[in-house]
Amino acid sequence: MQRLLITNGRVIDPANDVDQIGSLLIEDGCVIDLLEGTNFAEIDAERIDADGLLITPGFVDLHVGVGEPGFEEDETIASAALAAVAGGITSMATLPTTNPVVDNRGAAEFVKHQALQVSGSRVFPMGAVTSGAKGESLAEIGQLVEADAIAFSDGKLPIANAEIMRRALEYSGMFDRPIMHNAMVPELSESGIMHEGFQSTRLGLRGIPAAAQDIMTSRDIALAELTGGRVHIMTVTTMDATDRIRMARQRGIQVSADVTPHHLLFDDTVMSSFDTLYKVSPPLRTQDHTNELIEGLKDGTITAISGDHQPLAIEKKAVELDVAPFGICALETLLCCCVRALIEPKHLTWPQLLRCLTVGPAEILGVDAGRLSRGCPADVTLIDPTRKITIDATQFRSRSRNTPFDGQTFTGAVIRTLVAGKTVYERQP
Amino acid sequence: MTIADADPVSIGQHLLGIEELSAEQITSILDLAEHYRETTLRGAEKLDDLRGIVVANLFFEPSTRTRTSFNLAARRIGADTVDFSASGSSLSKGETFVDTALTIEAMGVDLVVCRHRSPGAPHMLASHLKAGVLNAGDGTHEHPTQALLDILTIRQRREIQGLTVALVGDIRHSRVARSNIHGLLKLGARVIVCGPATLIPRTITQMGVEAAYDLDEILPEVDCVNLLRVQFERQRGAFFPSIEEYAHLFGMTAERIQRAKDGLLVLAPGPINRGVELTPEVADGPHSLILNQVTNGLFVRMACLSKLAQERRRARNSN
Repeated sequence: MQRLLITNGRVIDPANDVDQIGSLLIEDGCVIDLLEGTNFAEIDAERIDADGLLITPGFVDLHVGVGEPGFEEDETIASAALAAVAGGITSMATLPTTNPVVDNRGAAEFVKHQALQVSGSRVFPMGAVTSGAKGESLAEIGQLVEADAIAFSDGKLPIANAEIMRRALEYSGMFDRPIMHNAMVPELSESGIMHEGFQSTRLGLRGIPAAAQDIMTSRDIALAELTGGRVHIMTVTTMDATDRIRMARQRGIQVSADVTPHHLLFDDTVMSSFDTLYKVSPPLRTQDHTNELIEGLKDGTITAISGDHQPLAIEKKAVELDVAPFGICALETLLCCCVRALIEPKHLTWPQLLRCLTVGPAEILGVDAGRLSRGCPADVTLIDPTRKITIDATQFRSRSRNTPFDGQTFTGAVIRTLVAGKTVYERQP
Repeated sequence: MTIADADPVSIGQHLLGIEELSAEQITSILDLAEHYRETTLRGAEKLDDLRGIVVANLFFEPSTRTRTSFNLAARRIGADTVDFSASGSSLSKGETFVDTALTIEAMGVDLVVCRHRSPGAPHMLASHLKAGVLNAGDGTHEHPTQALLDILTIRQRREIQGLTVALVGDIRHSRVARSNIHGLLKLGARVIVCGPATLIPRTITQMGVEAAYDLDEILPEVDCVNLLRVQFERQRGAFFPSIEEYAHLFGMTAERIQRAKDGLLVLAPGPINRGVELTPEVADGPHSLILNQVTNGLFVRMACLSKLAQERRRARNSN
């Protein structure tokens, strides 16, 4: 019997509405008890002093791009799993749009197998909705479920055909698995580089109108209502999409959404730099949109935050803006960016923020994670909310460095991460 | 007297767009271009203002006119020129754009003239090079020397302050429009953009211009029209039903000239599609300043290269 006592920290467990100074007792990799107070001399256990730290469930990231198989120059499943725990993430769902696409049982088994090579985050493979993520015919969703595919997605590729989306929602509904969709009308976003608006007009960069996400979100909501299926809008970025999701949830339709911290921290004015590091999909919008996303987080319309990790090797971003691929390397900067975007401006309290990083996404995926309930796996993240850190991309565990935050100093750091009671990451003092 | 003595206004290390320039800087370029024009008209020999300066013409997009104009301009003021031809993006060659930039730097060039399909490509060069970068057109973003030569051509006839200029045609895909808008507004002109609604972004008015969709309605108020080339090659699908309909609604014809103000100035930053943006009789008629634009292009480019070269020398001397 192995016992571990994390003492004397501020335990925040949003799933159980816990926010108190206390100690967490872990036995054989599972949470045994949350003890009030600080003095437990009689307990025989290894100890971790969490004085001044937050003790919180490990984070759950809803959609993480991994290069493997096919793009190992960007990331492997192992490097992503190690980078994740450095970001406080203990469970991540991986996007299936690799090469080959994870659209069959064997491919999902491969992802699970690769994840076991390292002591990092738990890895939950997502399966493709359609064969080859081509949007034409359904992938073998049932077989993928048997290989533990946690959800279904065609990654960044929108499912343009409404009939295919309808069938996908009906079919995945049999297994109670969500469809995670990049809701974007492809005809409106084709060749787009940035948000369509004054800045795109000024810069002469082809725009992606907010309507591209608004329209597709509306369609998905209508189809979720029609089918009773579960749809999750990945990386919601617009006011109207947020508003439509809010109304749909009030009507009991099974729709959920997440945001990224970078969409909260930046608006489209950063594109004036023509820096490819800001090229993301969906694009960075305007302050009006951002304000509505924050409202959505506050009122529970948006229940998850995902970094939308899209690792890209240096040479892929060192090209002209119009040919550069979309994405930010986000696993290791997730928390500090959330602190800057949401805690420092006092938009959310720590328990509200941590809800969106833990039980919120865990409920969307339907995984037993993101909570410190008795008997649950002891996936725990310790946070120093006042620690200043300077981002040094060369030190990333991720194979990629495509972050716009390199060299910036943030407040708030992951100090230690445990998966099943075992320390898998510890920040150097 | 050296050029530097005559011209104390710096335009900075690079010329990436008109948006970054002040009215004073724009005027100083135009004045220097006038100076070069007068010098040339007096029959001066080849000048040597840029002796020892190496100008690289880096054209990632085919362009005979602009490239020739830059080449001639550089040689007329005594610079050495090298030409880099590259088609498409650097990706097609397996090296990154940044690699390409650093390779050029390593060859010891002083100024890089860059034409590229992608907006921001010259800005990317500028952020990696010590050499001065001159934007010779970046996708649908800016084309500063074209706007400067357009404005110079107008200024030779009329005062810019208080003038009403209409930019007609494909505003959405036009770098010439963007650069002209910035330049004309800074010098105090009123600018109207006019064309099919599909080619006029609604947010363009936030730049300080008026938007119109009926050429005949605005013509009586306009002192100058700049007829932008329809960029068939940049358009993603059809933005208007047919070329005939475009020419019918927005083409400059002799009848339209009749309904305009007396002394209307007609500009067209070629190459023109004859019979589309304007009829041949307008292109070759008395209102047309198309060939003046081409000549002024040379002087404007001499001025821009000269100013950047001064800056480059200053930087070299201070090291």
